[in-house]
Amino acid sequence: MSRSVHVGLTLGEEGGPHHQQAESDLFGFWVFLMSDALVFALMFATYGAMLVGTAGGPGPRDLFELKPTLIETALLLASSFTWGMASISLKYGDGKPGLLAWMGTTLLLGMCFLFMEANDFATMFAKGAFPARSGFLSAFFGLVPLHGLHVLAGCIWILVMAVQVILIGTDDRTKTNLLRLGLFWHFLDVIWIAVFSVVFLGGLTR
Amino acid sequence: MSGAVLPAVLGRFEWIDLPFVRAWENPTISEIIGAGAGALVVVGALAVAGLLTITGRWRWLWTEWLTSLDHKKIGIMYVVLAFVMLSRALIEAVLMRMQQAIAIGHPGFLTNDHFAQLFSTHGSIMIFFMAMPFLTGLMNYVVPLQIGARDVAFPWANSIGLALTAAGAGLMMASLVIGQFSTGGWSGYPPYTGLAFSPDVGPDYWIWAVSIGSLGSTIAGINIACTIYKLRCPGMTFMRLPMFCWTSLCTSILMIFAMPPLTVATALLALDRYLGFHFFTNDLGGNVMNFANLFWLFGHPEVYIVILPAFGVYSEVVSTFSTKLLYGYTSLVIATMTIAVLSFTVWVHHFFTMGQSANINAAFGIATMAIGVPTGVKIYDWIWTMFRGEVRFTVPMLYSLAFMTTFVIGGVTGIVLAIPPLDYVFHNTLFLVAHFHNMLIPGTLYGMLAAYNYWFPKAFGFRLDERWGRRAFTCWVVGFYLAFMPLYVLGASGMARRTAEIFEPDFRPWLYVACGGAFILLAALGSLSVQLWVSVRDRDETRVTAGDPWDGRTLEWSTAAPPPEYNFAVLPTVTRRDEFYEGKRDGNPYSPPVRYDRIEVPRGSILGPAIGLAAMSCGFGLVWHMWWLAGLGLTGAAAAIIARSFVRRTDRIISPGEIEAIERRWLTAVHEHRPISRELERTRANHGVAEAMPT
Amino acid sequence: MLLPVLPSLLGGCAALNHGFMAAAGPVAAQQRELFFIVAAVLAFVIGPVLMLVPVIAWHYRIANKEDAYRPNWNFSWTLEGFIWIPPALIVIGLATLLWVYTKRLDPYRPLPGADPLEVQVIASDWKWLFVYPSSGIASIDRLTIPVGRPVRLTITSTTVMQSLMIPRLTGQIYAMAGMRTHLNLEASLPGVFPGANMQYNGNGFPRQSFAVVAVDPARFQHWMTGSARTAPKFGPSVRSLLAGRARVTTAPIYSHVPVGFFASVIAANGGVGHEAANGSGR
Repeated sequence: MSRSVHVGLTLGEEGGPHHQQAESDLFGFWVFLMSDALVFALMFATYGAMLVGTAGGPGPRDLFELKPTLIETALLLASSFTWGMASISLKYGDGKPGLLAWMGTTLLLGMCFLFMEANDFATMFAKGAFPARSGFLSAFFGLVPLHGLHVLAGCIWILVMAVQVILIGTDDRTKTNLLRLGLFWHFLDVIWIAVFSVVFLGGLTR
Repeated sequence: MSGAVLPAVLGRFEWIDLPFVRAWENPTISEIIGAGAGALVVVGALAVAGLLTITGRWRWLWTEWLTSLDHKKIGIMYVVLAFVMLSRALIEAVLMRMQQAIAIGHPGFLTNDHFAQLFSTHGSIMIFFMAMPFLTGLMNYVVPLQIGARDVAFPWANSIGLALTAAGAGLMMASLVIGQFSTGGWSGYPPYTGLAFSPDVGPDYWIWAVSIGSLGSTIAGINIACTIYKLRCPGMTFMRLPMFCWTSLCTSILMIFAMPPLTVATALLALDRYLGFHFFTNDLGGNVMNFANLFWLFGHPEVYIVILPAFGVYSEVVSTFSTKLLYGYTSLVIATMTIAVLSFTVWVHHFFTMGQSANINAAFGIATMAIGVPTGVKIYDWIWTMFRGEVRFTVPMLYSLAFMTTFVIGGVTGIVLAIPPLDYVFHNTLFLVAHFHNMLIPGTLYGMLAAYNYWFPKAFGFRLDERWGRRAFTCWVVGFYLAFMPLYVLGASGMARRTAEIFEPDFRPWLYVACGGAFILLAALGSLSVQLWVSVRDRDETRVTAGDPWDGRTLEWSTAAPPPEYNFAVLPTVTRRDEFYEGKRDGNPYSPPVRYDRIEVPRGSILGPAIGLAAMSCGFGLVWHMWWLAGLGLTGAAAAIIARSFVRRTDRIISPGEIEAIERRWLTAVHEHRPISRELERTRANHGVAEAMPT
Repeated sequence: MLLPVLPSLLGGCAALNHGFMAAAGPVAAQQRELFFIVAAVLAFVIGPVLMLVPVIAWHYRIANKEDAYRPNWNFSWTLEGFIWIPPALIVIGLATLLWVYTKRLDPYRPLPGADPLEVQVIASDWKWLFVYPSSGIASIDRLTIPVGRPVRLTITSTTVMQSLMIPRLTGQIYAMAGMRTHLNLEASLPGVFPGANMQYNGNGFPRQSFAVVAVDPARFQHWMTGSARTAPKFGPSVRSLLAGRARVTTAPIYSHVPVGFFASVIAANGGVGHEAANGSGR
């Protein structure tokens, strides 16, 4: 039987059955994230293989702009910070209002990210850069919106968790769910760093 | 009759999409067979519904099975699904063999298109809806019992995995009744399966059935891996795990890392087909070679996913029925892990002929051959397990022996194929088909059938009929040799796979033998059905309630047959490998505990069936462009998950009094029956209590 | 187990005459030689297993009271050595063989001999067009080649992925739209050798075969110059014939194929003229 304790668990008495269950749940979620990471890795590989497939259409230099991308990165990084604050609030039992405030801020930052990204895509479409234009654009729109869809799922999850915190409070199941959501959110931040570096910075400096 | 019928509601459905309409308008044998198959699905579904209604069993089915989160029930349902799909895919194989025997300088009785759908459904079903569910069901049933746990790590996810697999299988069955299936084979290479060349619903059925099924497999993999990592009972260190658990662990890890490439491949193809993307199109910068790479990054580990659990079964069976310790436990562990790791390094050998440089081909060829070493180690370890043992020729052992001899033939033909210049000759010929069936049938199928005969008494409390078991075994072995050995010769003669018509009369004798073999394999399936029927009929004579019919070594044999819902009244503590076996020899493993505590078990949940229905609706809607249905399905699945997260009371308590009553009943059965020697294990004297063999 | 052998006794061995066992060129001959070497080595791999399994299982059967029973014996270092080392050595040996032969029999590697005949192959649904750029002739479903002279095929497809195979002369290679692959071969004796598509591509797949006709060099030269003079001109009707999804039942020959036709086919199907190679850049 495993004796290791997952850092950050605050589910009552250490080593009790619910603590063990939570450890199991969190471990399972990590494993799921690894499989998701593989999906992203393959999308990155596909993107790399299809950089040459511009078929006479617009390429990275024509389309990517650094300023909105930097702002989007800042938004996501900030949202990871605010979720960290939410986790601390959960750990020290600050009470629902504090927890909900940090969760709400994270949600807001996530929505801003999505809004900006949607705007970026609209701009690209206006320039004739839509996925059906070329293989390169298909690969771009396969990878980046995949991350965006994950963020959208995360935002819905934050909303659902907020409702649970309000209606049910922070019992063991809610806490475990919040910890998993945290893992998911930070994971998406890491994926965005890769997207930013490989796709946007890489594309602009080729 | 063509033209869309109510496109807003029914998408791109037209009357001509019904096989009954097609057969009416064009009554050829090919169309009538298609209509017959569709009719069988409808009649079969109605028959099952009718039976449930007449016997008043709907509530029972719902509460005892479909909503159950018990790993044992879920495991059994997976295996039942596998057997149903095995029947369909085997009949499809017989039809193909018949076509090839008849269509020599003659059009045969199946159109090219029908034949192409048959080989596509046959492959897709056998891999995704027969082998995967069978081994997943097996791992689900056995692993928690073997590690001394009460259930898997995530029972709710277990139910979802089953539901998704069933949803994928449902889509396969739907393609028989409405529309048609893909003609691109189980590997579905674009651009043939792209919009430009196959705009019909076929490839879409393939995409969604396989994608939904693969999601189920990923979930199952995560579940089993976490179960083995986190839920082992006290004292069960990794090196005390039964060999079946080691192979299950490696299989699960493979599932977690190999299913995502498939999901990506089919998802990108879907984006091409639905939204006009250019991942795999010929024009505008598409890259068809990328599909081959993505698919086989999944495809090669997949074949190890289907074989490793069988290897685990053979380890258990050979050791038990040689009445001896498994030889070379540590070597077997190292060999299993080596195979798992190496399986990710060889995928290019599935397309040596795609134009890579000699260096790349050679490197992957050498990696492929390297896997032969740990596999050979396993075979020899099983041989040396029998050495100086006392070998009992029960049905599971017979399958193991047939496996050891037949599988090596497939293994060496694999080494032949691993050599690129030889692969250039044999790729996509019947030699390749013979090779992989030579691995899958003696390897995976015999392993699953051995497991079925071995663990059936544990799951249901009575043994399977030996006589019909042997008849089935004989048919499987003879049928396999006759059906597939000729294919090696035909492949060496240059005959292509997936071909509905043959123009070379010299191929005739071999195709006739192969067809004969196929009929014998059909008889094998029939024998299995008879075996089950006879076993159920005679179950009072073969009851093994005490739970240990084979003098088993591992923990699952230390429970009643069938085990109670909670598996163990008190979680066992383990101090060595084969704790139960050693315990029978130096102690009393059947002594009741000092006291009974309450046990929490998962409550049943509607989550699984809801997600299964939602997934199948979503898939079906996407196939037919019924966007409202697809949206409804997707929303339904999301809603089910969100709703589940609000449920607080997910477990129910079994009281100590209840447990004590169950355990007492079982221990009474143990003590009232005489322990029997191994010579009597196939007789009526076997009530599930074993006597130690004198050394 | 006599049953699978029966067909060969009844003359089924004739089937093998259609494949690489009846090699008619140096490439197939080397492949056959390699196969026999490998088969001989592999006999030593399966031999022990096929002997040990029945012998040990039968000797140690429970009904046999004369055998030793050691229920806890489960390891021996000597045996481990035999289990791991000889198979590893065999694999290393075969790996060396593999490396050498893979480089030697690389489909892209030109065969020894001067002045290879260049033929361009365009696979479509469901026929093969063979173009001889040196003389501007093209034939459908028939590849005429001179005996004893290396032939270099450059292959592409106008539709889906296909696979060109001539079992008695060489192996196979995929044909993919917008890309070019190569296959080098040579016929050592005159005759008609079957060729086929090995990658399923629709209803016409079983019938998408072609004939490789090997004739002596003088006759070949005569045929080529004669066709270039008298065969009907390659025109728009041929292009539409190629584009249509149907078989061609005759084996027509055309002359005056435009220079650069093959390259234009590749460009028209999405290619930029790059070689089909997964990053090997050749």
